[in-house]
Amino acid sequence: MARAEIAARTLRTDRWWLPPLTTFVGLLLISIYAAFRTFQGDYYWVDQYHYLTPMYSPCLSEECLPAAAHFGRPLPELPGFLTPPVIILPFLLGFRVTCYYYRKAYYRAAWMSPPACAVAEPHTKYTGETRFPLIAQNLHRYFFYAASILLLINIYDAIVAFGTGVGLGNIILLVNVGLLGAYTLSCHSCRHIAGGRLKHFSKHPVRYWMWTQVSKLNNRHMLLAWTSLVFVCLTDLYVALVASGTISDLRIIN
Amino acid sequence: MSYQGKFRVWRGDDTGGALEDFTVEVNEGEVVLDIIHRLQATQAPDLAVRWNCKAGKCGSCSAEINGKPRLLCMTRMSTFTEDEVITVTPMRTFPVIRDLVTDVSFNYTKAREIPSFTPPKDLAPGEYRMQQVDVERSQEFRKCIECFLCQNTCHVIRDHEENKEAFAGPRFLMRVAELEMHPLDTADRVDSAQESHGLGLCNITKCCSEVCPEHIHITDNALIPMKERVADRKYDPIVWLGNKLFRRS
Amino acid sequence: MPEVERHSFDVLVIGAGGAGLRAAIEAREHGMRTAVLCKSLFGKAHTVMAEGGIAAAMGNVNSSDSWQVHFRDTMRGGKFLNNWRMAELHAQEAPQRVWELETYGALFDRTKDGKISQRNFGGHEYPRLAHVGDRTGLELIRTLQQKIVSLQQEDFAEFGHYEERLRVFQEFTVTDLVVEEGRIAGAFGYWRESGRFVLFEAPAVILATGGIGKSFKVTSNSWEYTGDGHALALRAGAKLINMEFIQFHPTGMVWPPSVKGILVTESVRGDGGVLRNTENKRFMFDYIPEVFKDKYADNEEEADRWYTDQANNRRPPELLPRDEVARAINSEVKAGRGSPHGGVFLDVSTRLPAEEIRRRLPSMHHQFKELADVDITAQPMEVGPTCHYVMGGVEVDPDTAASSVNGLFACGEVSGGMHGSNRLGGNSLSDLLVFGRRAGEGAASYVRGLSERPSVSDEAVARASETALAPFQAEGGENPYTLHMELQQSMNDLVGIIRRESEMQEALERLEKLKERAQSLSVEGHRQFNPGWHLALDLRNMLLVSECVARAALLRTESRGGHTRDDAPAMSADWRRKLLVCSLDGTRVNVEEQAQIPIRKDLLDLFDRAELEKYLTPEELS
Repeated sequence: MARAEIAARTLRTDRWWLPPLTTFVGLLLISIYAAFRTFQGDYYWVDQYHYLTPMYSPCLSEECLPAAAHFGRPLPELPGFLTPPVIILPFLLGFRVTCYYYRKAYYRAAWMSPPACAVAEPHTKYTGETRFPLIAQNLHRYFFYAASILLLINIYDAIVAFGTGVGLGNIILLVNVGLLGAYTLSCHSCRHIAGGRLKHFSKHPVRYWMWTQVSKLNNRHMLLAWTSLVFVCLTDLYVALVASGTISDLRIIN
Repeated sequence: MSYQGKFRVWRGDDTGGALEDFTVEVNEGEVVLDIIHRLQATQAPDLAVRWNCKAGKCGSCSAEINGKPRLLCMTRMSTFTEDEVITVTPMRTFPVIRDLVTDVSFNYTKAREIPSFTPPKDLAPGEYRMQQVDVERSQEFRKCIECFLCQNTCHVIRDHEENKEAFAGPRFLMRVAELEMHPLDTADRVDSAQESHGLGLCNITKCCSEVCPEHIHITDNALIPMKERVADRKYDPIVWLGNKLFRRS
Repeated sequence: MPEVERHSFDVLVIGAGGAGLRAAIEAREHGMRTAVLCKSLFGKAHTVMAEGGIAAAMGNVNSSDSWQVHFRDTMRGGKFLNNWRMAELHAQEAPQRVWELETYGALFDRTKDGKISQRNFGGHEYPRLAHVGDRTGLELIRTLQQKIVSLQQEDFAEFGHYEERLRVFQEFTVTDLVVEEGRIAGAFGYWRESGRFVLFEAPAVILATGGIGKSFKVTSNSWEYTGDGHALALRAGAKLINMEFIQFHPTGMVWPPSVKGILVTESVRGDGGVLRNTENKRFMFDYIPEVFKDKYADNEEEADRWYTDQANNRRPPELLPRDEVARAINSEVKAGRGSPHGGVFLDVSTRLPAEEIRRRLPSMHHQFKELADVDITAQPMEVGPTCHYVMGGVEVDPDTAASSVNGLFACGEVSGGMHGSNRLGGNSLSDLLVFGRRAGEGAASYVRGLSERPSVSDEAVARASETALAPFQAEGGENPYTLHMELQQSMNDLVGIIRRESEMQEALERLEKLKERAQSLSVEGHRQFNPGWHLALDLRNMLLVSECVARAALLRTESRGGHTRDDAPAMSADWRRKLLVCSLDGTRVNVEEQAQIPIRKDLLDLFDRAELEKYLTPEELS
């Protein structure tokens, strides 16, 4: 028994290539920006208003500006071209890379496996997430724990920045942690841990409630993934522009 | 209100076939299945198509319309423009029998490989007590009408015939999840999900959820929760380390 | 001797709906090697269309419920024409059959204390229908399907072979039963896929083929409902009873054409939906029959109050029994007050907030949105009567489901008697389970009691194969699709909801001509998955069954349940004591009267005398 003989790779007539292309371009631009800012090693702290960009938080090595290092500088100066974010980046990146939404996004957009539904993928062999390296996607929840700690630090940063008054930067930092928080809480691993793993919700009413709340956020996981990602970059850009003196912060109080 | 619609329908069998052009009357309010039936009644009496309830409840008339996996009975003609050529082809992932009819026995084979519901031995009929909140997750999966569009669209087997052996497909991984979440099921289904039914092959690209005519959240509510349960069991580094260090048998 | 594939089993079950699957499970559990033969794929049977629920007096919601109350409701619904023994068994055993489903893995909606939730439904005194949202039929089919898989897994564990004792032959049509020396010897049919012939040798056959709706133009039934089981039984020498009783559901979709006839659930009206004509009038107030005047409101104010206060108000007339509502809609349309597509308006949008409609009627909302592009939260639906269920069928022994032919059993819609002249909603799913199980058991004990097995003669095989191939022999004959459409139109127009002697005479004349034309049908192409050929073979069954319906309807000069005579509008107690029995003599359809067995005394005592007086003759009451 053979399949129907249809030569075309797909018979879809809509612009099925548009969403993966958009995703690819979006992810590429953000990666370029993030790489540039990471290795720039400067303009991450506004001393006057205590704004610290989330990309450099926590700043833990010797080369950090002392005021920006909210948790001290326990690490020695990093060798070569390395900059403080490389300490925390593996965790942030790991959280996003192993995220169930981003996996879908880059498997489709970058690896074309598949590029879109009912469009043949170009690879001759496929083993999914059954072997190294992709089997490591199963570690998502540990990145979730790490990202949660970093999120708490970002929240702390956003709060202490209010010590100097209130400016647009404060509001941006606050919205940023709000979005990051929503994205982190909406994570599928979080949903599992909150209550999804239980067999009997009725025996755990509090965790069932938590699960329903996380589930509501989880419905918007893709939206939150993108808005929080873009907003982190915008937050960083704002801090960089103020720190470099390109623009001045819009002050509301003081 | 009616017009002459342009159709291309795949005709043939497992020895070969091709898209055949038809011009056929289309009336207001019709769905693609109506047009296929009109073709049968007027131009191609032996055109093979599988159908049954005509209301999206039985899942028989699965096919691909303009390349997208759809139910023929739930695709309204009003979603196309009058000059659009509509291409109807059989599901690609399964062997073709004739025209739009495919051999879906793969799915029945997979269904048998999932161990059945295993209630507690000491519970007599009539004594079952379950809370509504505990049955709701599995109830969502039981909305499945077994149209097999998710199986058809899943690239794991659509693009890689060789994976059919190892992979149960979204519908039956969802069946595993349904039983795993059933409040009275006593069997352990986590290890076998990964080892026997190929959960690891799923790369959660969500095409199964996209094509589901019942709008079941297959990926978010069944496949990912199963992956998380497998992670609980198999990819917890502490457990893994313990197993390595102490060589637990 | 044509080349045929051969199989041998203990029990054959024809049909894989609820009744067939339950019968197969039972036969297999009694150790029988069992085969299920079905026209569709396994799990696609028409049972999936059932929405409301399974009626069973479990008393989970109202503990006053009992089998006696359920029995009473069933008899009233059927206007006392029911086979009382079947109604009794049905009411007694339904709860066990539902509980059993839970052990197979079914997940019904729950009550607060974790039991199976039960809902109200027309004609049932207490909340009685076990349900899963509005997709109970799907749950039933899937559960039974999965039970069959689990039995196959047991066989795999024991014999290394899934199909050792239970095998499903899907997309397979049975064209003839083989009867040798007055008893069943097997069945003959073809794979729809390849057109290849198969002979099954088996001493017992259980018919579970469902109904006959495809003989009517507007029907809620799927293509499978061509009366195959009815016709197979007739040709094998069994008898059909009550064929004149056909239930027309009052609310089927009338637009778009593709879904004409598809059901709009009764719950729409139960939840506040009202029927209006083009003059925007709630016309049901004009159609309340005398006998129901004390139970139904005669003004809108009272009817509307009922939804919130059922104790102090009479019910809205939209909730009259199905036959009454169907007739009323029919009259409105005939009087020219129908909607653009020939129905009336069913409106829930002005009655409930949009949010509430979506919550209470999710699948109706979905169905109209996707199929008709109608948003029922903002627009009225167009509905009209649709052929839904045939109460008549094979005459069987209530306890074993055995027909008058040795080795032939029937259960589900294809069997007759259980529902009398009109079926209550929810009683069909329970009927499938109760009598499916009994048929499986009956067939198993019949097979066990045989000292030797009948064998199939070569001649019988040759005859069956010749009949099946006939449509390919004729050349230049008629297209089966044309004939089918004419049959449907005739039955719809002349033997439909409202019947008249002259029209039925005409129907019989037309049927006679159609039968002649059917002799010379011709189909194109080859035997592989050829829908034209399949229809040509099904037509033979539809014509036969349609004739039974028309002849019986012509004879019964009264109106009762699913049989309404314009020229005999009253219900007659004398007619209640008579069944019309259809049989086949060569090629001639005979319909004869047969006396009903009087209702057992202890069952009669469950009713008030005043109520019995409406149905029974003075002689029976004395």
